[in-house]
Amino acid sequence: MANDPIHQFQIHEYFPLGNFAGMDFHFTNSALAMVANVAVVTGFLYFATAKKSLIPGRTQSVAELSYEFVASTLKSSAGTEGMRFFPFVFSLFMFILTANLFGMFPYFLTATSQIIITFALAMLVMLVVVGYGFYRHGTHFLGLFVPHGVPGAVIPLVSAIEVISFLSRPISLSVRLFANMLAGHITLKVFAGFVVSLASLGVVGVGGAIVPLLMTVALTALEFLVAFLQAYVFTILTCMYLNDALHPGH
Amino acid sequence: MSDNGSAGDGTSRKDHVGEEAALSERLRSLGQKLEQAKAGTERDAKADGAPSGGMQGMGLALRVASEFASGVLVGAGLGWLIDHFLGTTPWGMIVLLLLGFAAGVLNVLRAVGKVAQPEERVKPRPGVKSGK
Repeated sequence: MANDPIHQFQIHEYFPLGNFAGMDFHFTNSALAMVANVAVVTGFLYFATAKKSLIPGRTQSVAELSYEFVASTLKSSAGTEGMRFFPFVFSLFMFILTANLFGMFPYFLTATSQIIITFALAMLVMLVVVGYGFYRHGTHFLGLFVPHGVPGAVIPLVSAIEVISFLSRPISLSVRLFANMLAGHITLKVFAGFVVSLASLGVVGVGGAIVPLLMTVALTALEFLVAFLQAYVFTILTCMYLNDALHPGH
Repeated sequence: MSDNGSAGDGTSRKDHVGEEAALSERLRSLGQKLEQAKAGTERDAKADGAPSGGMQGMGLALRVASEFASGVLVGAGLGWLIDHFLGTTPWGMIVLLLLGFAAGVLNVLRAVGKVAQPEERVKPRPGVKSGK
């Protein structure tokens, strides 16, 4: 069990929440991880900004930096008009970032290593894009799929490709985050497992175990980078898709 | 402003007016500096839109791979659904898998910036009111 690299992603049920529409709902370790994420983000931002001092302290600086970071990302890809989506994008970014970073604690479950969670996040983004696009532009939003300057004969073909390309967005958005977190944590666990296996072989093994140990240390640093990078990538793609909803080419 | 005023309570009215002018002048120059700084940060943000660091290549590779795979997968999935519900096996799968392949290539080209995003590709026509 100790060497099983997949074991860390197992879902355990803590207590049942009841039966809705023929499905059993349980409070799981995944749900606990997400509740903890939300509590930590909310608590941190609340206490960091509670003092509202003109010269920010350390925690207030972190809160302001994260605000500035997301705001500049959103503005640069969706324009100032995109700022109406700021609460949504900021929540997404902070949730994914903390979920990824929570996974770096030993024995903590990485909520974003479950594909259903990343897929739910991606579908939320796409539903906001489609919903707002139709609310704002009506059927003009469909102009997103019909590029101008294309001969009439190939428009059905091009539109079909564009529609499939659009539909593939939530898949690629969710799979990217999920695969990065899953692969990173499995690699980390496998290399850490080598240390234990080699060390049990005696003196020579202990000497040889130094190499995977160094690798594990390096991979841990890499995982921190990936945790941040993937949250950023998810956010910037969300901004680009929101830009589609704000200004579809028509 | 009252803090500054209280410091010069004993001085004549003329000095007070001069002080006000100096203050407003200082305020304006500060405002200008702030504007410049803001423009600078906006320019910086535009210049490095992509994350820097040694992992850029790896991130790009993973991104491109997932973009391409998702296009093919969605095409195959749609084809399977159409076949399943319309009974057109195997034509829906064949056609949509090929279209999905094309969509995957389009995704990849978009991801690396060789093809413009849908909303950038089209210049708004002069007569048509734009989304704003």
